[in-house]
Amino acid sequence: MAITVKIPTQLRDAAGGQPTAAIEGAGTVGEVLGALYEQHGELRTRIADEDGEPRRFVNVYLGGEDIRFLDGLDTAVPDGAELTILPAVAGG
Amino acid sequence: MPADALKCKECRTEYPLEARYVCERCFGPLEVAYAPLTATGEELRRRIQAGPHTLWRYADFLPCDPDRPPAAALPTGWTPLMRADRLAERLGLGQVWVKNETANPTHSFKDRVVSVALARAQELGFETLSCASTGNLANAVAAHAAAAGLPAYVFIPADLEEAKILATGAYGAQVVAVRGNYDRVNRLVTELSADRPSWAFVNVNVRPYYAEGSKTLAYETAEQLGWEVPDRVVAPVASGSLFTKVARGFEDFIEAGLVAEGSRVPVMNGAQAAGCAPVATAWEAGTDVCRPVKPDTIAKSLAIGNPADGPYAVELARRTAGAIDAVTDAEIRSGIRLLAETTGIFTETAGGVTTAVLAKLAERGDIGRDERVVLYITGDGLKTIDTVRGTFEVAEIEPSVEAFEAAVDAPAPRVAATAGV
Repeated sequence: MAITVKIPTQLRDAAGGQPTAAIEGAGTVGEVLGALYEQHGELRTRIADEDGEPRRFVNVYLGGEDIRFLDGLDTAVPDGAELTILPAVAGG
Repeated sequence: MPADALKCKECRTEYPLEARYVCERCFGPLEVAYAPLTATGEELRRRIQAGPHTLWRYADFLPCDPDRPPAAALPTGWTPLMRADRLAERLGLGQVWVKNETANPTHSFKDRVVSVALARAQELGFETLSCASTGNLANAVAAHAAAAGLPAYVFIPADLEEAKILATGAYGAQVVAVRGNYDRVNRLVTELSADRPSWAFVNVNVRPYYAEGSKTLAYETAEQLGWEVPDRVVAPVASGSLFTKVARGFEDFIEAGLVAEGSRVPVMNGAQAAGCAPVATAWEAGTDVCRPVKPDTIAKSLAIGNPADGPYAVELARRTAGAIDAVTDAEIRSGIRLLAETTGIFTETAGGVTTAVLAKLAERGDIGRDERVVLYITGDGLKTIDTVRGTFEVAEIEPSVEAFEAAVDAPAPRVAATAGV
């Protein structure tokens, strides 16, 4: 089963206009994002900083939990899971 | 000083003045940029003084059409700035002033940010108002939407204080209680905002305009001090938006020549609850990276575990030789009591946090005797009434003088003769 990545509206123009992407054969959050960048090259610089970590105003959630509360990019991603990318600058 | 663009705080990319809040290139926050001032300080001062006794007297510094102030808006701002000599004396300080934001229409500073967000939302043609809220914003969105005749959808954490829930639904807003903490609510609303482009989410898609409302806290303070900037400010930090915009407000007045030449941005002291202190923790660690936390504090209005403007709050405290401090729930309760019994202002838990941090700074010897300090009390104690339950005793008695004297050990004044009753 594929892993679904939900792409925020602000990034959809760099993802062929699609609201989601299906990723196969990735075991960690880092691998899922790597595969996503393979599909849509422009997303790499928009999501990740020079070290490959999500930029400070990008939040990545696995099944509703911020990956910073898990193991970050090393967090294991089960088959069929949903990864959500959202801007961090809302609220307050 | 008309607004002329939205600008990314990180990479400086510019966007038109639309309903957008995040930079598409780097995901940084957008904020309103203004054209350079053409009027002199003296002209601006006259325009302000001729304006209404609301935050719209500062329309020259807000991102809305200054010639079309909102017609049906709830009068917001121009709240009292009170000199608090008894509080200062108790803490061994020279001059302390309290900006009393409980005097706003829904009893918190959130009326300011909603006023500006609503005005701009109407200019942009939105007809529905929404937000993610820790309570005070919920009250303000519900009330201001009602005054403007717009429907409102308000999203809150399900475990919010009852007073804040009731005081939102009372205005006819649709209250949505989300099972999860504020950060979950915020995430849901961020997702919803993408699918509902016809709704103005005050702290999401119109957040750059919304945030500008907090600058008026500084404008009013400077005007009420006789066009002077205080030496130091103590203000709460939740998302960090108010904290950073207060400093921006003082900067605006300094740049505009509305205060004496050579005036400086105050020393900025931020206040957090120990049970939700991602910004104070980053400050302590000497980094501006605010690691998200799961909040556990009685200060629910400050319970934002993933603060959008956290890094900027840290940078600001550093730049002004201030600090970001955190206080425990017990200190928050003491802070509420201290403020109430020395100033007559009953604040909610956020104000307890702010007052407790002032006390901590005083104890630490951080504040000079010659300093003029302004304390921002952002919300009303009636909204978090449970936190004072059990902190004093009520004397329940039979209706007789003897019962009163027996129960409350007060010496009864004896007078020789009485007139009337």
